[in-house]
Amino acid sequence: MSQAEVKFLEQVVYLPYRWSMGPVYTRFFEEFKKKKIMGTRCPQCKRVLVPARQFCPRCFVDTPEWVEVSDHGTIRTWALINFKFSGQPMDPPYITGLIDLEGADVGFLHFIGGVNLADLAEVRARIKIGGKVRARWKEKPQGNILDIECFEPV
Amino acid sequence: MARAVAVVGFGQTKHGRRDEVSYPELVYEAVKAALDDAGITPDDIDAVVSGSMPPAMEGIGAPHLYLSDALSAFGKPSIRVATCGSTGVSIAQMAYYHVASGLFDVVLAVGHEKMNENDPQGTMTTVGEPYFQRPFSGGAPGIFSMQAHQYMYRYNLPEERVREAAAIISVNHHENALDNPYAHIRMKITVEDVLNSKIIAYPVRLLDVCPSSDGAAAVIFAAEEKAKRFPRKPAWVKGLYYAGEEAFFGDSDKVVWQSAIIAAREAYRMAGIQNPRKEIDVAEVYNPFTFQELIFYECFGFCEPGEACRLVEEGVVLRGGELPCAPSGGVLCTNPIGATGLIRVGEAALQVTGRAGQRQVPGAKTALAHAMGGVDQLNGVMILSSEL
Repeated sequence: MSQAEVKFLEQVVYLPYRWSMGPVYTRFFEEFKKKKIMGTRCPQCKRVLVPARQFCPRCFVDTPEWVEVSDHGTIRTWALINFKFSGQPMDPPYITGLIDLEGADVGFLHFIGGVNLADLAEVRARIKIGGKVRARWKEKPQGNILDIECFEPV
Repeated sequence: MARAVAVVGFGQTKHGRRDEVSYPELVYEAVKAALDDAGITPDDIDAVVSGSMPPAMEGIGAPHLYLSDALSAFGKPSIRVATCGSTGVSIAQMAYYHVASGLFDVVLAVGHEKMNENDPQGTMTTVGEPYFQRPFSGGAPGIFSMQAHQYMYRYNLPEERVREAAAIISVNHHENALDNPYAHIRMKITVEDVLNSKIIAYPVRLLDVCPSSDGAAAVIFAAEEKAKRFPRKPAWVKGLYYAGEEAFFGDSDKVVWQSAIIAAREAYRMAGIQNPRKEIDVAEVYNPFTFQELIFYECFGFCEPGEACRLVEEGVVLRGGELPCAPSGGVLCTNPIGATGLIRVGEAALQVTGRAGQRQVPGAKTALAHAMGGVDQLNGVMILSSEL
């Protein structure tokens, strides 16, 4: 059978979700709304985990001690996204990166902004691993991860 | 003690854009080919293990129910395993466990994907949890691009040198795919083509990235006593391991990448391999992105940390080299994700039994098959050999 003879059934599957944030993420985002980034310290390995966790994934013990970390940090790594896909948070190009926040022991995923994305040379000059960045907060935070618009080079 | 287990049959579809068949028809094509290769019928199969990407990719939940007939699963245990990119190696390892345990003698492993019926990057983005990470993964290329940057920085490697090595890998694999009648992308390219191709997620360019493929693969595993009675020379499973990492991408290091290191180290230990570069003749490394393949060379002990570019520059991992990687053209040229890891196992079995046709590495006796899954979270390795 040639390809032209095959027909297609087309449908959209639409599924709304309502995800519980549980007590730890609820508290994290309450603090986030006040422009604070909170982690929890593992009593065993002493790492400060960000975002805050109920327990340490390596030591598997509860992490009840809350610690505020800085909204400044250094770039651990980054990617310039230049292709389109469904469910994308914004139109490309944009930069995502892992930020090592001051006071945290794990990387924090977010957008990196504040550069002219049309100019690759400028991006390469200003966005560097190890480079200092700080959070640019929304004027009116809503209590979700996009309350930080992006991290910008200092 | 686990029983000895061998691959006794392998079948795969022609991979690529397969709009002309439905999903069950695609799976049937691979299963039928594997049964024919092994010279058996579904009556000889004791259990079926199958898997694919998250079902959103094809829009049908629990697809092993829908695909049950094409999997020849009537009257048998039918188990689905899904670990994203590493699904194919997880399926193979699960099939191995079934046989090694002594509970089943002959087990059919099937991996399948139809990536052109939906936006696959859209489905992949749903793998990230929605509270903290989903908006920032940038699809699979974004994650691998971050890893590439980190790799270059860690060892202070000039970006131009790493890009050139990655481009040579791409050219090599595309050339290999021309020898593989089942491969999706079959075209001759140059280093300049790769270096000048469109940026997908800087520094990753179009020709550094695998395609979205439709395809299926089936591998038949049998216990030692049975395996010796099959018409094909068995490819013995000598070692295997699988390791995972934390749910948060920022929790662990993706350059000195523990899940990949542990998976290889433990598989080598089981197979008695002490010097992988000398003792492995061919490697089907999971390589959806050229840059990531460099990192795997190091995690698998083919070279010292930071030295992967040299392996490429000296031709060690290329056609005709000491340890050729991806003679099939690899994931870079063919990636029906749920099948991809299982294709690595099937290709490794073909290599060690001298049945790989035009893509045969002369005299290959020991092969490595590998797959990686999740947001750089999971790695699985299997070692196959011509000798028990």
